[in-house]
Amino acid sequence: MTHSALHIENLSYYYGARCALDKLKLDISEGVFFGLLGPNGAGKTTLMSLLTRLLKPASGEIRVFDYALHKQASQAMRNIGVVFQQSTLDLDLSVAQNLAYHGALHGIAPREVRIRIKQELARFELSDRQHEHVRNLNGGHRRRVELARALLHRPKLLLLDEASAGLDIDTRASLNQHVRTLCREDGIAALWTTHLIEEIHSGDQLLILHGGRSLAQGQTQSLIAQHGAADLPALFSQLTRPAA
Amino acid sequence: MTISAYYFCFVGILKREMYRFVQQRSRFLSSLVRPLLWLAVFAAGFRSALGISIIPPYETYITYEVYIAPGLIGIILLFNGMQSSLSMVYDREMGSMRVLLTSPIPRAYLLVCKLLATSLVSLFQVYAFIAIARLFDITPPLLGYVYLLPAALLPALMLSALGLFLSSVIRQLENFAGVMNFIVFPMFFLSSALYPLWKMRESNELIYQICALNPFTHGVELIRFALYGQFNTQAFVVCATTTAAFMALAIFGYDPKHGLLKRKAGGG
Repeated sequence: MTHSALHIENLSYYYGARCALDKLKLDISEGVFFGLLGPNGAGKTTLMSLLTRLLKPASGEIRVFDYALHKQASQAMRNIGVVFQQSTLDLDLSVAQNLAYHGALHGIAPREVRIRIKQELARFELSDRQHEHVRNLNGGHRRRVELARALLHRPKLLLLDEASAGLDIDTRASLNQHVRTLCREDGIAALWTTHLIEEIHSGDQLLILHGGRSLAQGQTQSLIAQHGAADLPALFSQLTRPAA
Repeated sequence: MTISAYYFCFVGILKREMYRFVQQRSRFLSSLVRPLLWLAVFAAGFRSALGISIIPPYETYITYEVYIAPGLIGIILLFNGMQSSLSMVYDREMGSMRVLLTSPIPRAYLLVCKLLATSLVSLFQVYAFIAIARLFDITPPLLGYVYLLPAALLPALMLSALGLFLSSVIRQLENFAGVMNFIVFPMFFLSSALYPLWKMRESNELIYQICALNPFTHGVELIRFALYGQFNTQAFVVCATTTAAFMALAIFGYDPKHGLLKRKAGGG
């Protein structure tokens, strides 16, 4: 039996009078790679800010493994790993120091943190870079460090906000593949937000977001068939095209 | 969360501040050069112009250098507080503040840890300065060096809390120059750091009243008395109250409910 990793009910948010998210609903089960596709300004980053408690919803509810995010923040946040759109690594610190800092912020004992750093860096083939300053790493390596850091406290839900932004095609594909492997092998649920259609596969669960509203939600292949579109780009364009 | 988790969290934040401090050697040097310049150049020039009468905690006539030493410790703490504010605005702009704010540990605790860590790091600079100041015949009693630790920690916390609050309201790094003009310089010059308050009163009652209300004045006086083995209750009460107020404002500023983070969190 699979559990709901993330459950969002009627989530709304406003910047002044402008509605950034309008009664959004979604549910992600354990082990599922969930794509959230939307053009720039769709509300993806606002959603991520709400999911990481950087913003407080105007209305609606967010539950992470059945913990109410804003009422049981500590329990909920322990289950979440985040990779933000903008790099959040400390450039003046080494790879290992960045990870150790993250471990401390999750209250993990230093000895355990050291063990986990070794494991995570090995998983992402970064073991030989652990003492290097983040400033000296390229974009792809930095992203891998961020992913390793997001996994350090063993979260069961990964939130990735345009995690592949600014990377070349190969690195983007490899990062996307890494996350899919985590979902498949470790049972981690992942919410992958993107504006790049090629990052969504036909078997993925998908939500298309535009102007803060959910336009379609379901399995990608079924949505394509349901809307009579030829493929995902056609479906996306059909749904997000301004009305004539 | 267990108590040990809170402890590991504090140690982690402190270590990060230490690493950053060690990385930024120029920051350490400039924080020492600034007060030493005041001591070596400014104090030498003003020594003959400003006569210092016997005022507590001093029991005899003192040189101007001895008088301004606590004020110069204060300026180290003041600039460090503002430096930490700058680095927090930078962290926010660069996104690394999000790592702190998305921890499962309560945000208020994280911010207090951050304040305590930056304050402890500034004490290294204070002791380095006071050690060099011995070359200028600033030789408080040995116990004064011990009392200095808690006495300097409280104003350090107060000024870091002010810095943290400012970082929550400053929109961009570019606005930081305004902080220097409107916060740092008035706070420093309108205090007892460079001149005793009675001298201010002789020349202008209003300025004296402003100086007396300035919490930085009380921070400097707390340090001045501690260096000579005395406890200034009034200064302690003002500093403790102001620290609590600035901390509350900073915690309020970083609460998403109150929207000061909204400006940076939005996007696509």
